[in-house]
Amino acid sequence: MTSPCPLLAILGIVIGALTIAASLIYVERRLLALWQDRYGPNRTGPFGLLQVVADSIKIFMKEDWVPPFVDKPVFILAPAVIFVTVLMSFAVLPVAPGIIVADLNIGVLFFLAMSSLGVYSVVLAGWSSDNKYALLGGMRAAAQMLSYEVFMGLSLMGVVILAGSFSLPAIVEAQRHMWFVIPQFPGFVLFLIAGFAETRRIPFDLSEAESELVAGYHSEYSGMKFGMFFVGEYMGVTLISGMISVLFFGGWLGPVLPGLVWFLIKTFVFISLFILVRAALPRPRFDQLMSWGWKVMLPLALANVLLAGAAVLLRS
Amino acid sequence: MFSMLRSIWYVFLHAFQKRVTIQYPEEKPYLAPRYRGRIVLSRDPDGGERCVACNLCAAVCPVGCIALQATEDENGRRYPDFFRINFSRCIFCGLCEEACPTYAIQLTPDFEMGEFHRQNLVYEKHDLLIDGPGKYPGYNFWRVAGVQIGGKNKGEAAHESPPVDVRSLLP
Repeated sequence: MTSPCPLLAILGIVIGALTIAASLIYVERRLLALWQDRYGPNRTGPFGLLQVVADSIKIFMKEDWVPPFVDKPVFILAPAVIFVTVLMSFAVLPVAPGIIVADLNIGVLFFLAMSSLGVYSVVLAGWSSDNKYALLGGMRAAAQMLSYEVFMGLSLMGVVILAGSFSLPAIVEAQRHMWFVIPQFPGFVLFLIAGFAETRRIPFDLSEAESELVAGYHSEYSGMKFGMFFVGEYMGVTLISGMISVLFFGGWLGPVLPGLVWFLIKTFVFISLFILVRAALPRPRFDQLMSWGWKVMLPLALANVLLAGAAVLLRS
Repeated sequence: MFSMLRSIWYVFLHAFQKRVTIQYPEEKPYLAPRYRGRIVLSRDPDGGERCVACNLCAAVCPVGCIALQATEDENGRRYPDFFRINFSRCIFCGLCEEACPTYAIQLTPDFEMGEFHRQNLVYEKHDLLIDGPGKYPGYNFWRVAGVQIGGKNKGEAAHESPPVDVRSLLP
């Protein structure tokens, strides 16, 4: 099931992802303000909507400074890596029936591989910056993302077992009668937590940890290179939210409204959840994070796979 | 784990609460009567200047933003020849108001004094003087002070009896 007009789908998804990621800067500020009893940016244009434009003009005009002590090629490459890997993952995300860039039969694996590659961006940025805070941030990111990668993959195996396919459109179609969040609730929770860690959002943002590490791995970045990390993070949030809605909440499936609208509604709900968690939760200590990941989440993910497999075996 | 979910829920409930932000230019905040804002020089109920140019405010000012020159009128009343407050230096600490023996210098609930040119923040006496008595309506320093000035001899002030003629006490 490839889309009838692949170039159009590619353009649409790339432009859509970038627009959503950019406007998330505004959405996040407004939602955080809402939950903190403030207003957030509401002066630029109607409801402050032009804040996105103002922010992007500002960040494009900023001096893009490369410090003299950095490892220049790697330093410049690192922000591009996160951008590219996240955009690559969007290729397998089924937005609506037929609107998908590449319907790989191993879509889930491709998504996992690309999000693992995203770690390189952070590690290389931290390493090439030649700055102790950046290096610490990069090290933390590497350890955190590697350990959360493991059960992120495992938490999806229950869904794969139930759907009998690695292809994301097939997984969506398999949810026609029941969303996978019901039989796979533990898998959903595990994937959600792993998603927070994967996008380095606030309960798991130890790699940037403003209060400890200046800005972590992007301490030395400025201008649009910093902007790339920023937009990359927001695209990651969009991607994980889209993945949650595809894998556990039936993607484009829904009554009355067209599939694309259902997908966008579900994705936006999870984006809001990401922001809500950022507004509510503090950051754990690093050793807590690691022991939580390896001693709690990994066994839970394994047990979940075991149970899902057993259930499918018993039924057949 | 439960406490995390509970705090997420409580934060979510804040979506339905009133926002505390005051949309400033359209909506003005409430300023208490004793708010420490723009400094004024008040007049006594008779319309005369209260300031006696004692220099205490200039002396107590921690940033040295008050400058004045004392002079006397034909009645012997001291008053400032010029009185200048540099509001680009002023920190609105209110010490001048506390130091003032005549309630002349007062801070008012007004902070909207932005200017495009720094020089415009230097207020002269005619900018500072107001027509009324400010926070102390009935007070007139020269009516309660025992100082002799033109038009008011010793013993003519309020709560004062005429001075005792010491010679008449002789036996």
